[in-house]
Amino acid sequence: MRSYRLLLHLYPASFRHEYGEEMAAILARRLADASNPVARAIVGIAAAVETIGNAALVHLDLLRQDLRYIVRTLRRSPGFAAMAVAIVALGIGATTAAFSVTDFVLIRPLPYREPERLVQLWETTPGYSGMELSAPNFRDWIAASRSFESAGVSHSEALTIVTGGEPHRFQGAAISAGVLPTLGVTPLLGRAFTEADDTAGAAGTVMLGYRLWQTEFGGDPAVIGRRIDGQMDIEADTFTIVGVMPRDFHYPTASADFWVTTRFRPDDYVPLERSNNWLDGIARLRPGVTVDQAHAEAQVIMARLREQYPKENKDTGARVVSMREDLSARSVMLLEALSAAAACVLLIACMNLANLLLARGLERRRELAVRTAIGAGRERVVRQLLTESLVLAGVGGAIGIALAIAAVPLLSQLVPQTLPIAASPSIDGRVIGVALLLTLVTGVAFGMAPILRSGAGRDLAALRDGARAGGGRREHLRSALVLGEIAASVVLLVSAGLLIRALLAIQGTNPGFDVDHVLTMRVELPIPEYAPVPMRQAFYDRVLQQVRALPGVRAAGFISYLPISRFRGGIWPVKVKGDTEAAGDVRGANNVAALRFVTPGYFAALRIPLLRGRDIDDGDTRQRPFVAVVSESFAKRYWPGEDPIGRHFDFAFEDRTVVGVVGDVKFRGLERQSEPQAYLSAPQVKDNWITGYAPRALAIRVSGAPLGLAPEVRAIVHGAAPKVAITEVQTLADMVDLDTASRSTQVRVLGAFAAIAFVLAAVGIHGLLSFAVSQRTQEIGVRMALGAQPRDVVRMIVAGAIRLGVMGLVLGIALAYVAARSMEALLAGVKPHDFEAFGAAVALTAVMLIVGTLVPTVRALRIDPISAIRCD
Amino acid sequence: MFHVLVALADEDRHGYAIIQDVAERTGGQIRLSAGTLYRTIQRMLEEGLIVEPRERPAPEDDDERRRYYRITALGTSLAKAEARRLAELVKMARARGIAPERA
Repeated sequence: MRSYRLLLHLYPASFRHEYGEEMAAILARRLADASNPVARAIVGIAAAVETIGNAALVHLDLLRQDLRYIVRTLRRSPGFAAMAVAIVALGIGATTAAFSVTDFVLIRPLPYREPERLVQLWETTPGYSGMELSAPNFRDWIAASRSFESAGVSHSEALTIVTGGEPHRFQGAAISAGVLPTLGVTPLLGRAFTEADDTAGAAGTVMLGYRLWQTEFGGDPAVIGRRIDGQMDIEADTFTIVGVMPRDFHYPTASADFWVTTRFRPDDYVPLERSNNWLDGIARLRPGVTVDQAHAEAQVIMARLREQYPKENKDTGARVVSMREDLSARSVMLLEALSAAAACVLLIACMNLANLLLARGLERRRELAVRTAIGAGRERVVRQLLTESLVLAGVGGAIGIALAIAAVPLLSQLVPQTLPIAASPSIDGRVIGVALLLTLVTGVAFGMAPILRSGAGRDLAALRDGARAGGGRREHLRSALVLGEIAASVVLLVSAGLLIRALLAIQGTNPGFDVDHVLTMRVELPIPEYAPVPMRQAFYDRVLQQVRALPGVRAAGFISYLPISRFRGGIWPVKVKGDTEAAGDVRGANNVAALRFVTPGYFAALRIPLLRGRDIDDGDTRQRPFVAVVSESFAKRYWPGEDPIGRHFDFAFEDRTVVGVVGDVKFRGLERQSEPQAYLSAPQVKDNWITGYAPRALAIRVSGAPLGLAPEVRAIVHGAAPKVAITEVQTLADMVDLDTASRSTQVRVLGAFAAIAFVLAAVGIHGLLSFAVSQRTQEIGVRMALGAQPRDVVRMIVAGAIRLGVMGLVLGIALAYVAARSMEALLAGVKPHDFEAFGAAVALTAVMLIVGTLVPTVRALRIDPISAIRCD
Repeated sequence: MFHVLVALADEDRHGYAIIQDVAERTGGQIRLSAGTLYRTIQRMLEEGLIVEPRERPAPEDDDERRRYYRITALGTSLAKAEARRLAELVKMARARGIAPERA
């Protein structure tokens, strides 16, 4: 009998109180009627079984009943329902979106076998902790190491293949045979590269990425074994397709569409190559070996390599870091800022929701008290309120998740491009699970607030006529919530303001050239066909002559690589006679320059100012002395205070004479320091030498819209060289914008969060004051009847708002400063105490206070004293 | 629900009495469990088909601890409508010879 009474607790309390005794009595009767112990046992078991089933049904009945009631009451106050749902949707949406990116980049394991054993290998020099590897140093490191199970290197590669009669260019990578086994990934079709594929002189082999296989080969499984003619950056070959990689394989970056082998030749291993750092190295740790152990071992090995090659490996170190952690501090910080901002929005949303429910709870206090008094147990009321807040949170959460899914394409800009993962995060079960959990917590936690606040004993007081709801502690809690909202929105406003300032500062940076009205494209001249200099020269002359004849063209020229384009390296050592600083320092940072070959007209096309001397001209041919135009910083570095014109320096295998000085260009990007630049005349290089630097980027300054000219230019290029792929057709302005795209996205996302917070906080203030006014209608009426002037009433309402606002501002500014200090690295030189950002946040908060206060104040002033006093 | 209405048609009964009445009338085929009974009673109370009368039955029948239920006018008309519906169904079935003739 006692266990049956315990079982009865499965029923809702209200049901149990009502019928528990009866049910127990019935069981008692039945047990008494049963003739023997076996029959009694059967009766007992049957009772237990039916109790469990019926208890669930009774709960369902109640739920159905509550839902009906909730729909009815919410229909009566659609404003409240819409507001609550919108608040939850914004909070959950922001948090889910932020979490989906953070999870994707920082939390989710990399899509490889035992990813925790994967490490990234770097060389280091003083001041630079993540330098690519040189081929000979990598070979010797791996040969001497006992920490690694396997290892491999890769470098980016491009491939032009002719498909559908048109040359198309694809981005991919050359990988050593060790890369795929190290990652632990097997091909979807065919086979992976073998050591035999990856030796000097081996026949060309290629593996296709899933995307390329689908788009260019129609997903045909018979593609394995097919041979394709391809033109890489500096060599052409026939490649046999040996494999296709799975859809979710992205290495080394999301943009890789194919893989070829590295096929290092003996001359890639000569001592001089030790200072040529161009390879991405990865390795798989042996089981039981830690990253620290591998790192320590690398120090010993590299010390030995420094002794063996003191000149080439001067100051060179090595670094081993877990692949997952190998993200720039900036990416991590950015995601942390994003998550913190989202958490802030969620917090504000929750505070708002709690406030809303509290106010509603107070408004409904009498209704609830009546229901309690007529016999609905407190448990029933609590249950109903909780169901209501869960329904609101559930609807809001669902909309929020939908919003987050819609926002993901925008957020993909925040995914660092250097990671071997897909370019855009996906919302998967985990993310949705977290969102649902958050929704549940929001619903329960903030639905509980008004319940906890309505103590059972005090409910009766609400019934007494004229009892004023909401004094004292309750008001304090609601004020504290609004205070928190104001502070949190100040933090977000300041952070967004600082990032906007940083973006403006960067976008305001002078890149050293005029970005407007320039059409650019890359003309992928195939090597070896165009390896001889005269071949290229004929092409440049013909194309430039025809392009310059087009109407609207002001200037045109070719260069090896445009500034702020995909390729931003090309740094070569400079030797100047008598320069003691550089003596014996092969890779010192202070005696290098960016190497670019140009044709006449390039500087005019970009409007890079010519400061002294002359431009490269058509007379600077192979038969003439080799000349150079250098940047201002180059001239200052080697000939400070002297006239650089006519000076000589040794660069790119030849002696060069300075004939001109041009302004510095930020070729590495607006946010980065760029090395001095040296521009050489396109034909002044030996045939077949450094063909990677052959000018292939065309820049055309026009008077009208640049892209309108693209078809004519294409026709001209194809007229001069029919088999040439034309890629990256874009305006210079778009190319430079791309440099700040990720930052613009940060600003937009954080700005959106700040805007949401701003609106929610204003709604919070408005809600608090409106409620206060409606609760104090009678008091205000009495005061007005007793002679209080409108300004006294305004003071009464506004004083509270101002107090809250000032306290919220002080708290918010303090927190914002702390936040700004921690994200200083993202601010591109804008100080964390930036006056404009803080000033704007304060001003906006003032606006928020005024807007939030306005309506309730006006309503208070409209109170008619007579009816207010009568109203109860 | 129909069985409960029928059980209450002639007199007010308490829960156990309803169970017994249903069992007797169906020859023991339907034995309501306590949970099913009170879940049904709760819903019928909400829908106004039965009430808990204030006055107790005649003292000789009264059991102090029991709660009695009484059919309402609405409950009676619902029971009648249901009985009519069932009768119609039986009549149709009989017309096709798949139900026994009236005894």
